[in-house]
Amino acid sequence: MSAAPTTRIVTVNWDDPSVVGIDGYLAAGGYEGLRAALAMTPTEVIDLVKTSGLRGRGGAGFPTGVKWSFVPQDTGKPTYVVANFDESEPGTFNNREIIEREPHRFLEGMAIAAYAVQSHLAFVYCRGEFLWPGEILDSAIREAYAKDVFGGSVLGSGFELEVVLHRGAGAYICGEETALLSSLEGYRGQPRLRPPFPAVEGLYASPTLINNVETLATVPSILTQGPEWFAKIGTEKSPGTKIFSVSGKVERPGNYELPLGTPLRTLLEEHAGGVLGGRRLKAWTPGGSSTPLLTEEHLDVGLDFESITAAGSLLGTGAIIVMDETDCIVEAARRLVQFYAHESCGKCTPCREGTWWVSRVLGRIEQGYGRSEDLPLLDELGENILFKAFCALADGAVSPIQSSLKYFRDEYVAHIEERRCPFTGVGPGAQTPTGSDEDGSGGVDEAGLTEVLT
Amino acid sequence: MAVLSDDGRRTAEAILARYPAGRQRSAVLPLLYLLQSVEGRLTQEGLREVGELLGIRTAEVEAVASFYSMLRLRPTGTHVVSVCTNLSCALRGANEVFEAAHEAAGVEHGEETSPDGAFTVHPEECLGACDAAPVVQIDFANHDRVTPERIVELVRALRAGEVPPPSRGRAPKDFRDASRILAGVEEPA
Repeated sequence: MSAAPTTRIVTVNWDDPSVVGIDGYLAAGGYEGLRAALAMTPTEVIDLVKTSGLRGRGGAGFPTGVKWSFVPQDTGKPTYVVANFDESEPGTFNNREIIEREPHRFLEGMAIAAYAVQSHLAFVYCRGEFLWPGEILDSAIREAYAKDVFGGSVLGSGFELEVVLHRGAGAYICGEETALLSSLEGYRGQPRLRPPFPAVEGLYASPTLINNVETLATVPSILTQGPEWFAKIGTEKSPGTKIFSVSGKVERPGNYELPLGTPLRTLLEEHAGGVLGGRRLKAWTPGGSSTPLLTEEHLDVGLDFESITAAGSLLGTGAIIVMDETDCIVEAARRLVQFYAHESCGKCTPCREGTWWVSRVLGRIEQGYGRSEDLPLLDELGENILFKAFCALADGAVSPIQSSLKYFRDEYVAHIEERRCPFTGVGPGAQTPTGSDEDGSGGVDEAGLTEVLT
Repeated sequence: MAVLSDDGRRTAEAILARYPAGRQRSAVLPLLYLLQSVEGRLTQEGLREVGELLGIRTAEVEAVASFYSMLRLRPTGTHVVSVCTNLSCALRGANEVFEAAHEAAGVEHGEETSPDGAFTVHPEECLGACDAAPVVQIDFANHDRVTPERIVELVRALRAGEVPPPSRGRAPKDFRDASRILAGVEEPA
């Protein structure tokens, strides 16, 4: 089966290994978008991005041009641009591949953004664990300085732009924009109250524009090909393409750039090779682990902001984690909630304590020690976390809880009634030969059990 | 005795100079990486020196350091092996890889660092490389599609003093070397 033709914007040069360096990028027409922007006024650049309808690719989907227009001018303070390369949403890996394959496309978009908001200092907040992508970026920034793309006079325009690479140190929460700013200022990465929004009082209490890597990497082509061209791709309200990161139980995991609005069925069957081993699709996340699970019945829902929201989830980062019919939903939910419990910054009680309790309750159900009152308990815990904390991390933690209970409540009930996981056979209700019961323990690891129950 | 040599102090000054005047506190993470590259972890003395460089209290530095998982305040192995066990990797067998890594490195049950100080092994959250699940980082260099058999080979190679080539890019020699790269004081490869 051959892949269907696609419109590629951000990944158009990914088959060309030479574009990782600046010479290859320039040969492929790189930095022409920046040149075009510098010939316009900053306001014209912002209007052009507004006209394109580009929406932020980091999860929230806020209109990019509108965000740029919120940055006030003539405040007497410096204006900063901060690129968010703290990609950590489970299942998401497109920012990393953008940087590994064509870092200058992103740097060009960042320079255009800096010109549009008249910022002379841009920071790239690079996820700490991205050691190698960070080195590629470091090289690319040095190359850009050597070619006068950055520095005292960007491409000879007289516009000054300095760029600083800043590495994080391992904290999911730093992808949240206000936590990222706290981290960049040298503090614990804890989120801040909004308003004031970062556009007005961001880094060092100064006007700050924060954009995701994929968003910025989309900008150069809008400058070179025009906003009308971009707006025609995708859907009316979600124009353009999106790089979907597909992982889990598929034949060909990877990043696939497709017009927004493409249904999962097309992405899965024509690009990602279908469910692994030809098995049946059970559940999937449309936008990373923070977005409510969808199921087989949503195969034909378009992957765009509006359609996914209407289906009861969120497009998020476009990270599709696929689970098949042999995967236990309770264990999947438990593992995801454990992530949030680990990454909760500790600022808010509902998130810090709630995620911990939910992961314990899910753990005991998975181990075959669930109680009949656990399902109403999970419902209640979810209600007490959702929208009760300072930032969206807590809401993200509720997504796997509530959506798995919504679509797979029977599976929870089976765990509790059978006193074992129907998939692994583990639990006191284990029936040989499903569970290994040679020692008469019912397949229960006593050490693990103590952990679950105490 | 000071952790940073005179040369190390000059490197620290260069790190501080990356940030706007009066905003030197922003340098706390790269400075902590620099100290970690010298000591193989962070100690009270190292935290104190960072505080001195920034003009803030040791307690404030520790408050920052303890927040971030890549900054290590506990005894740490020569090599840090991070096995992603988040959902995409778990669906592809990461838990078996973690168990195999733990055992091959000789780490005792409930511990994270081997008694000989060679390895720290820990389960990791999503490493942003889910297309290559299960993913393992050795001193923050990625190894793709790792099987339990492969992780045993990797651990064996490290024990023999080799630096196994990662799936992309260059591999740091060890955790200290990785910390030095993270401080941003090396020329990129």
